[in-house]
Amino acid sequence: MSAERTITDFVRALRSADVKVSTAETLDAVKAVDLVGYEDREFLKTALRSVLAKSEAEKDTYDRLFELFFQRKKKAQSEEATTAEQDTDEDSGEPQNFMDIAESSDEAAIEMALERAGQASGLQDIRFSTQTSYYAQQMLKEMGVREMEAELLVQLQAHTPEGDAEAERMMDARKIMTARAIEFAKQQFEVFGAGATQQFREDFLADKRINEMDRSDMERMKPLIQKLAKRLVSKHSRRKRQKNRGQLDIRKTLRANAGRDGVPFDVHWRQTKKDRPKLVLICDVSGSVARFVRFLLLFLYCVRDVVPDLHTYAFSARLKDVGPYLDTSLDGFESAMERILAEIGWGSTDYGQALSDLQVDHWSKIDRRTTVIVLGDARSNHGDPRIDIFEELAAKTKRIVWLNPEARPLWGTGDSEMLRYFPHCSTVTMLSNLKQLERAIDDVLMHYS
Amino acid sequence: MTIDKDLIAETYSALSSVAAVSEGLLSVGYISSEEISTAIYLAVHLRKPILIEGPAGVGKTDLAQSLSRYLDVPLERLQCYEGLDESKSLYEWKYGKQLLYTQILKDRLNDVVGDAGTIADLTGRLATFEDLFFSHDFLEPRPLLRAMEQTSGSVLLIDEIDKSDEVFEAFLLEVLSDYQVTVPEIGTIKANVPPIVILTSNNVRDLGDALKRRCLHLYIGFPDAAREREIVRARVPDVSDSLLTQLVSFVQDLRTKDLRKRPSISETVDWARTLLLMHADSLDEAMVRKTLNVLLKYESDIEATSNAVGSMARNAASASESKRLPSGYPSLS
Repeated sequence: MSAERTITDFVRALRSADVKVSTAETLDAVKAVDLVGYEDREFLKTALRSVLAKSEAEKDTYDRLFELFFQRKKKAQSEEATTAEQDTDEDSGEPQNFMDIAESSDEAAIEMALERAGQASGLQDIRFSTQTSYYAQQMLKEMGVREMEAELLVQLQAHTPEGDAEAERMMDARKIMTARAIEFAKQQFEVFGAGATQQFREDFLADKRINEMDRSDMERMKPLIQKLAKRLVSKHSRRKRQKNRGQLDIRKTLRANAGRDGVPFDVHWRQTKKDRPKLVLICDVSGSVARFVRFLLLFLYCVRDVVPDLHTYAFSARLKDVGPYLDTSLDGFESAMERILAEIGWGSTDYGQALSDLQVDHWSKIDRRTTVIVLGDARSNHGDPRIDIFEELAAKTKRIVWLNPEARPLWGTGDSEMLRYFPHCSTVTMLSNLKQLERAIDDVLMHYS
Repeated sequence: MTIDKDLIAETYSALSSVAAVSEGLLSVGYISSEEISTAIYLAVHLRKPILIEGPAGVGKTDLAQSLSRYLDVPLERLQCYEGLDESKSLYEWKYGKQLLYTQILKDRLNDVVGDAGTIADLTGRLATFEDLFFSHDFLEPRPLLRAMEQTSGSVLLIDEIDKSDEVFEAFLLEVLSDYQVTVPEIGTIKANVPPIVILTSNNVRDLGDALKRRCLHLYIGFPDAAREREIVRARVPDVSDSLLTQLVSFVQDLRTKDLRKRPSISETVDWARTLLLMHADSLDEAMVRKTLNVLLKYESDIEATSNAVGSMARNAASASESKRLPSGYPSLS
């Protein structure tokens, strides 16, 4: 197998595991292999790592895949060399007899045959673990199992003791080879498919409705949320400055051009710096919404790097500052959440009371740079929704974003006051899955850049 | 201009193998690792820049400096910061000089254009002046241009690239992939011998994919105890063996704690110097407490560790005495 083929296969394996490798980098990798050779494995590993893996996370994935991939490759390679010495018709690509392969005493020759069959049946395209037996069958076909089976039938129909013995031998061989092919396909899946499956699962989770999730989904959500949050952080971590606009900065211009007799070659403009995001969260933690609150809080605490100024209030009957509870590491998040729900999550929901608590106790924390995010279904048990306070809040802040777990047709039905709050909000979005959550937070941060 | 391969090979001939890189760096006092040397080796032979990431103070910048010292080629250093632009990194016209020259020439202008008959003739003559003013004599080369102009090769260090703006990063792409820069009035200047380019980043922000794609990637983390001992030994030759073992094991232990800023190699070296200055020949709690501010740069970190300092110092002190029996008495053998 040529060096290029080995590298491109390896690159495919890396890509399927979410390591971004461009064509240019693949070319570099081939050049690097030319330079360092295959002899010293550790050397090859370090060399390729610096060419292909470009972040810490990618380096971990790389290390794992390199071991998986080249362990197998090495076997095939060393053995290719020996067979090439023994007989040259190896290269002619003559398909070998199935029984010859199966009963070969040369372990390496079997590996080689599996390798070749795998390639011929497109095993690198494997994406799901359930496909292993399909690919195993394809590989057996490539190795000539059909011809062998025809032979098997002939032997069985002969009804002779020798024929039966021969048939027995063939069936055993088929059994063993099937097991080996499946094992081989599984190995290949680890290299080429496992990453893709992970990706698929994450996409699926991000689309799944939050209130339909079970406990195992919740566990898997956590790393996914962290991943999405990280993406947002890197997107919003830089403060874009507006340049070359507005007024001339006379002081700066004069100073910069003092050496040129005050002739303004360098012109400096006043720069306006953008505000840092300032968020106030108001979360309804009554039973129906609690689950969504968990995700919103988890998400926002993961993007904390770009939102240093974050105040969190929770309410069902009365409103309380829960910031101090959440001031923990990510591991402590679950227990903090439990505490919040235990202390505040009882009593009948009263949006009016919550708003008036906010006005009395925390009004000073809100200014015109603040975005207020309300998470709730606006079901206020027919209490006074205190639209007047909400209107005042809207005038006071930069934006009010309302995230409602209920679908749009349900707004305003029964005790829902959503339609009365609606006119005072900057945006009202439905929040049912993680993708919508990401988009909503992205939108909030976008207004600060 | 085509790249002269022989010339390049000759310039960087000292870096012909990974072992040669390691030894070369060692000869100028930089303790390399397999990974670092491999990256340098590949960078030279694939003609690619290296992007080095890692915590502050693990010797990213020092690597570039040592390399230039060893190869005996100039080091062009470009320190990045927010708002860095072409005029600071690539070139700038010497406006002052241009201004001065025009002032001087003003009086002689009549002599030059006086006998010009037609307008076309006049502009033709003036055009020659324009070329004069926008020539190499009036160009103030900045690090990037200087590195391209070196005929004997150089090391170009682009330090803390993550501090610069996205725009600058995009601008760097031309320089890094073709080793050439374009000055509109003069043309494209291509490096005869491409410099060895080293970019460093402290991960203040994620760098763009386009930039990462063009570079080899090297992560330098905190060293293991053995390598750290070697480094301190190379930097502070006077430190005694037992103290060296103790202080390195203390620092290694300290890094496992939950700190805002973990001490890196440069802090270890500083601490070794400090201890030497205070005539300490072994670690004890009082001494550690007195000098802890060399290692930890945040008050909160010092407070957080103050309880554990005693036991950590004792552990570290016992590390160098592993030859002794657990009872504390020296082994009889």
